[in-house]
Amino acid sequence: MEAIIISTIQRTMVAGTPLLLATTGEIICERAGILNLGVEGVMAIGAVTAFIVTMTTGHPWLGVLAAMAAGFAVSLIHAFTSVTLQANQVVSGLALTMLGLGLSGMMGKPYVGRPLAVKMDDVAIPFLSDLPWIGKAFFHQSPFLYLAIVLAIGAWFFLERTRMGIQIRSTGENPKATETQGVNVALIRYACVLVGGVFSALAGAHLSISYSSSWVEGMTAGRGWIAIALTIFALWNPGRAIFASFIFGGIFVLQYLLQPLGISPNFLAMLPYLSTLIILLGISLKDPRRLNAPAWLGAAYKRGER
Amino acid sequence: MIRITTSDRYNITPLMSFMTNVAALGAGILAISLIFLAAGVNPLYAVSQIFIESFGSVYGIKETITKAIPLILIGAGLTLAFRAKFWNIGAEGQLLMGAIFATWTAQHLGNALPSAVIVPLIFTAGFIGGALWGIIPAILKIKYAINEVITTLMLNYICAEFLTMLIVGPWKGKTRFGFPGTDPLPDAAILGVLPGSRIHYATLILAIVCSVGLCVLIYKTRFGYETRVVGENPDAGKYAGIDFLKTNLILMAISGGLAGFAGVGEVAGIHHYLGYPASVSSGYGFTAIIVAWLAKLNPLFAIVSGLFFAGIIVGGDAIQISLGLPAATVEIVNGTLLIFLIMGDYFLYNKVQLCWSRA
Repeated sequence: MEAIIISTIQRTMVAGTPLLLATTGEIICERAGILNLGVEGVMAIGAVTAFIVTMTTGHPWLGVLAAMAAGFAVSLIHAFTSVTLQANQVVSGLALTMLGLGLSGMMGKPYVGRPLAVKMDDVAIPFLSDLPWIGKAFFHQSPFLYLAIVLAIGAWFFLERTRMGIQIRSTGENPKATETQGVNVALIRYACVLVGGVFSALAGAHLSISYSSSWVEGMTAGRGWIAIALTIFALWNPGRAIFASFIFGGIFVLQYLLQPLGISPNFLAMLPYLSTLIILLGISLKDPRRLNAPAWLGAAYKRGER
Repeated sequence: MIRITTSDRYNITPLMSFMTNVAALGAGILAISLIFLAAGVNPLYAVSQIFIESFGSVYGIKETITKAIPLILIGAGLTLAFRAKFWNIGAEGQLLMGAIFATWTAQHLGNALPSAVIVPLIFTAGFIGGALWGIIPAILKIKYAINEVITTLMLNYICAEFLTMLIVGPWKGKTRFGFPGTDPLPDAAILGVLPGSRIHYATLILAIVCSVGLCVLIYKTRFGYETRVVGENPDAGKYAGIDFLKTNLILMAISGGLAGFAGVGEVAGIHHYLGYPASVSSGYGFTAIIVAWLAKLNPLFAIVSGLFFAGIIVGGDAIQISLGLPAATVEIVNGTLLIFLIMGDYFLYNKVQLCWSRA
C-alpha cells in the first residue's frame, strides 16, 4: 500500500510537470495581454527538438537548450503577428499550433520508434530524498519538476513583487496608460510571448527526454490546450498554477489507477478534458468575476489610438 | 534613409481584398517551398505537384470536390460564428456528434423506411447532433463567462473518446471481425454518388444551398445584423437590447449543425459505417477555420476557399506518398498559409509606405 501511494504521488508530480511549465509560460504571456493559443504547437516543436539534439549529441541538457531556442524562434511568429501586425490573436495562435504540430511531425519522422540511449536522469536531492515517504515522492524526481516549481515561484515573485512585473500586468490591463508612463508596451509584449514560448518548449522537452524517452507524433496529446485552461483555473496566478497543474497531473494518473476496475478506458481518457469543463464551471458558479481575464487580453494595441 | 510609415486604409474594395489574399497565398507558398527545401525535397516539383494532383486531372478534381463538401459546410458555418467573435474551434467534435446521431438514426430506422424518408431524416439527426454539441459552449460562454476556445476544444476530445467508446463497445459491428466500427449502414441510408466518383451529391447541393442561405442570413436579415453587432460592437448591442444568449445559441446551433451535416456526409456518403474518429474526419473542423478566414468571413466565398483547401488536402496526401513526406505535410501547408493570410490582412487595413528621406 505504501509503495502504491508513493508511486501515485510520484507519477502525479511527473504528469503535472509539463502542465506547470506551459501554464506558467502562458500566464506570463496573458498577463501582458497576449493570448497565445500556439502552446500545443510550440510544445510539440520543443519535444521534437529536444529529442533530436539529445539523440545526436548524447547530452540531454543540450537538447533542453535547443528546445528553448526552437520555442523562442517559433514564438517569434506569434509575437510578430499579434504585436507588430496587430493581427487576430486567436487565429494567429491556431495557425502556430497547426504549423508546430506539422513541423514537429516532419522533423521527427526519421526518429519515430527509436528509443533514446541517454535520457534526462532523475536527480535525488541530498538529505531530503532520504526522508521516509515524502523523500522518494518529492525529492527523487526529474530536474524538470524542480525547474518547473522554481520557475513558477520565480514567475509569481517577478509578476507580483517587482517593478517590471507591475509593468507587465498593467500592459495587460491598460496598455495606453502604461505607455504614458514611458513603458515600451510592444517590447514587453514581445518579451512575454517569447518567454511563454520558451516555457512551452521546456514542457515539450520534458515529455520527450524525461517523461518518456521516445518521439511519437502528437505526443503532446492536448496538454497545451489544457495548459491554456489551467491558466484560467489558476486565475492568472503562477502560485495557484502549481496546485492547478498537480491536480491535473493527478487526474492523468487516475486514468491508470481506475483502469483495473473495468471502467471504459475511453471514458477515463475523457477525464482531463471533462474535469477542465467542470472546474471552470465550478469557478464561474462560485463567483463569475474571478474568471475576469486581464482587461486587454487578446486585443491588439495600436500606438496613438484614442 | 528609409522610413516606414503606416496609416489606416478606409476605402477597401473587394478587388483589393482579393488581391491581398492572392499575394498572401503566394508568399505563403514561397515560405512552404523553403520548408520543403529544408526537408530535402525539390520545392518547385513538390508545390506544382500539389496543384497538379488536385486540379490537374479529372480524378483529382473529383477527389477535390469530395473533400470540399465538409470544408464548405463547416467553413460557411464558421463564418457566421466568427462574425459574432464566437471562436468555435470545436467543429471537429460537432462533426463527430452529427455522425453519431446520423448513424444511430440510420441503424434503427434505415431498414424499415424508404430512402426518400430516411435520407432527410439522417441529415436532420446529424444537424441536431452537431447543433446540440455546438450550443453547450454557447451557454457556457454567455451564462457562465467561460472562454469558448477552451470549451469547444475540450468538447472535441470528449466527443472523440465518446465515439470510440461506442464503436469498441455497444455499437461494435458483428461484421467487423473484432475490429472497432459499426456494421454498415442500411442501403436506404447510403447517399448516392455521381458515377465514377465519391461525390455524394446530396451533401454537395446542401453545402452550396447552406452557403447561399447563410449569405442571405448574414447580410439581409435582422438576425444577421445582430450577429455582426454582437461581434463588432457588443456594447452598442447591449444598449440596443440585443439578446446575447439567444443570438449566440442560434448562431452556434447553425454553425454546429452545419458541421453535423458534414458528419452525415462522411458517414453515409463516404465510409458507410462509423469508424475511428480520425477516419471519420481528417481534421476538417480545423482546416475549415482557414477556409472561413480565406473567405474573409463571407459564406459564399467559403465555396471557393473550401475547394482550394480541399485541393491542398488531396495534393498534399498525394505528394506525401510520392515524395515520402510525413502525414503532417498538409498541416504545415495549412498553418503556413494561415499565418500569411493574417499577415496579409495588416497590409489590407493599413497603408504601409516606404519614405525616402534625407537625414
